Amino acid sequence: MSLDSKIPQGPIAEKWTKHKTSIDLVNPANKRNLDVIVVGTGLAGGSAAASLAELGYNVKTFCYQDSPRRAHSIAAQGGINAAKNYQGDGDSTYRLFYDTIKGGDYRSRESNVHRLAEVSGNIIDQCVAQGVPFAREYGGLLDNRSFGGVLVSRTFYAKGQTGQQLLLGAYSAMNRQINRGKIKPYNRHEMLDLVIIDGKARGIIARNLVTGELERHSAHAVVIASGGYGNVFFLSTNAMGSNVTAAWKIHKKGAYFANPCYTQIHPTCIPVSGDHQSKLTLMSESLRNDGRIWVPAKLEDAQAIREGRLKPTQIKEEDRDYFLERRYPSFGNLVPRDVASRAAKERCDAGYGVNKTGEAVYLDFGSAIMRYGKEQAVIRHLYDASEDKIRELGEAVVEAKYGNLFQMYEKIVDQNPYKTPMMIYPAVHYTMGGVWVDYNLMTTIPGCYAAGEANFSDHGANRLGASALMQGLADGYFVLPYTIGDYLSDDILTGKISTEAPEFEAAEKQVQATIDKLLSSKGEKPVDYFHKRLGKIMWNKCGMSRNEKELKEAIAEIKALREEFWSEVRVPGSANELNQELEKAMRVADFLELGELFAKDALHRNESCGGHFREEYQTPEGEALRDDKNFMYVAAWEYKGEPADAVLHKEPLEYENIQVKTRSYK
Amino acid sequence: MKLTLKIWRQKNAQDKGRMVTYPIDGIDGDMSFLEMLDVLNNDLISRGEEPVVFDHDCREGICGSCSLQINGEPHGPDRMITTCQLHMRKFNDGDTIVIEPFRAKAFPVIKDLMVDRSAFDRIQQAGGFISVNTSGNTIDANAIPIPKPDADNAFNAAACIGCGACVAACKNASAMLFTSAKVSQFALLPQGRVEATQRVLNMVEQMDKEGFGNCTNTGACEIECPKGISLENIARLNRELLSAQFKG
Repeated sequence: MSLDSKIPQGPIAEKWTKHKTSIDLVNPANKRNLDVIVVGTGLAGGSAAASLAELGYNVKTFCYQDSPRRAHSIAAQGGINAAKNYQGDGDSTYRLFYDTIKGGDYRSRESNVHRLAEVSGNIIDQCVAQGVPFAREYGGLLDNRSFGGVLVSRTFYAKGQTGQQLLLGAYSAMNRQINRGKIKPYNRHEMLDLVIIDGKARGIIARNLVTGELERHSAHAVVIASGGYGNVFFLSTNAMGSNVTAAWKIHKKGAYFANPCYTQIHPTCIPVSGDHQSKLTLMSESLRNDGRIWVPAKLEDAQAIREGRLKPTQIKEEDRDYFLERRYPSFGNLVPRDVASRAAKERCDAGYGVNKTGEAVYLDFGSAIMRYGKEQAVIRHLYDASEDKIRELGEAVVEAKYGNLFQMYEKIVDQNPYKTPMMIYPAVHYTMGGVWVDYNLMTTIPGCYAAGEANFSDHGANRLGASALMQGLADGYFVLPYTIGDYLSDDILTGKISTEAPEFEAAEKQVQATIDKLLSSKGEKPVDYFHKRLGKIMWNKCGMSRNEKELKEAIAEIKALREEFWSEVRVPGSANELNQELEKAMRVADFLELGELFAKDALHRNESCGGHFREEYQTPEGEALRDDKNFMYVAAWEYKGEPADAVLHKEPLEYENIQVKTRSYK
Repeated sequence: MKLTLKIWRQKNAQDKGRMVTYPIDGIDGDMSFLEMLDVLNNDLISRGEEPVVFDHDCREGICGSCSLQINGEPHGPDRMITTCQLHMRKFNDGDTIVIEPFRAKAFPVIKDLMVDRSAFDRIQQAGGFISVNTSGNTIDANAIPIPKPDADNAFNAAACIGCGACVAACKNASAMLFTSAKVSQFALLPQGRVEATQRVLNMVEQMDKEGFGNCTNTGACEIECPKGISLENIARLNRELLSAQFKG
């Protein structure tokens, strides 16, 4: 099968408008006879489900959580981008488009990104109309802040809980449709296979996580909005349940998986504290608006800090190395995430790390506190305020901006970040790679769509901050409702799909066989044991920097670990009850396959781009070195059994509206 | 740290359930409470026993999944946090910790420490929304200025994570704090005023149907709420309800 991205003809600024107005529609009476399944109820799935139900389709949603409101979009902190130019600082649709393409290191599809920028403003209008309480200024208008990799303030936010507020908005839109009977929510359900009939996606097999029963659900189209696969690293900022299973199952049924090696390692996370750690906590990128990142300039100071002989506040200004400001003067602390993470790792690898294990750098609010304090003193006419008073006023400003993040930090680390700098270190946060989709967000399986983090389309090799929320909602509210209609217009005479079809029977049998195999395994080790080992391989050999030798080792090690898993794992309990270990085991089984494809993809991409840094390909200053001549394409992998046998298909990337350059934030 | 855990075990909704004692050793102060339970569970699995079931997901205090009653308090002894943000440094070597599910008639136990909180979803479905289509053809986001204090108060109410600690803390198992937070968020915003009358009537009706108790203003909910949702919201809900009932 050749890859057809179905990008509409015409100038980039007109593609979406023209496409939208020329695609086929389904009349309201016929929509009532068409069913759509949406897997995942985060921003992409929740917004898609609500919009499709409003249009009149019969929607079924599936999530493993006990309520759609708990999907992991809820944890997004910092904000959502939109080219509103409310600040009058020169923002425009083109600039958002340009920033996103450049931020993605010229590895994303121009037409999709332009559409994203076009609809970004509508998202904000929509959310405000739904009652999402964004932050406002004293004049009553919406406030903005700045995020990494851009020179304008276009990020809308709701304290450090923007994802929560946007998800509750989408959830409320869903609730309205549930109330009308147009959405049937299947919570505590997990999709375990896709059913294909006559070459089209026609339903899923799902497990009721409370009773353990396998259920068949049919539909005329299936949307996968199940999020990313960062948990392949075991430790990540993802929720404990976040998994690749839905995306991986459709991959095994024929959907190509694109750029699996593009992973975002977020620079500002709370460092690992020990072997017991189950997840990592992000400190929002918005903190880099005011926090300055540094390590001691002298090795002996760094060592003294690690040994507890010196405190960071004792290090003089001239003995600090603000390495981002030093290396990237024009963007400073607001360079994109991949750049900031690598720079932190470089300093720590060189011996300047500041926690016990030497894997942490400082994020310091000292100067911001004093700056805000002085500003407040002027506003209050306190011209002879003491330093302590200024600090107090400044701390109040910082608390109003980031209070919940500071509280979160203090609870975890047991240190007061107003008084001593935060310690941070990069952690796995987001996966730009995902299921390959065309312009309509359809996968290589007709009738099967992928949206949000689950697809690969908009962020190239690196995602800019505050762009994930934008993409999830753009896909769900404003893209899928059109493109699915176009596809379903051919299905108005199909009628209800029967779940008695042999394809359903076969898929259910296969799922049952996997469950039986796991439960009958005679091993002695818990699922976590394998997941942690997989995570270590991924982090050490497929993490922030990669090289040929280690990637080859990773491939062999993951394969061996997978075999060991199937013979050595112990899954207690039975299939016909609530069984959390069984749920975990099935997810980890899929991670053990995905991990190998991930390494294979990273090995084949002989260049450095965005979050994918190959040690062999860097400039003398240690910056990423792209190879546009040979690698300006999307790597879409076709499943052929073992991950090692996956077949590579290339979608060439063409840049007609943006001149491809070396990405520089200096 | 060496601890004694007394944990509620209940095979399914029909089972009567009982407390079971588990000694545990090697617990580090930097572990979160749930990581301590992970250690216990992996021990149990290695010994061929069934692990303790509990709800959890984001482990950063925002999804609202985790829901334990620890030594009689929802989310344990610390304030303004969820169980996943509770750290073992809050306990001492030799402590006995009693871990139960949230107890309320409207939150039936599913298994061990996991309860069914779908009643909260149904309250939201009854009216926790603004009836606006997701067409993208709404007015510009800045067309209606909203006074900052109103926007901030709406946000503070909207910060509710739907964990159910308010219900578990209440001697009447009342869901007033939860319901009032959602009613307040919309009542404080001009967009939400349009449907305010019907919304409060529908949500309160559903809340009563679910079997939650009445509010007697003891304020336990506010103290135990991990997000600091204020009792003011309950006062606002009562005002909204009263005026809605008069409007009929």
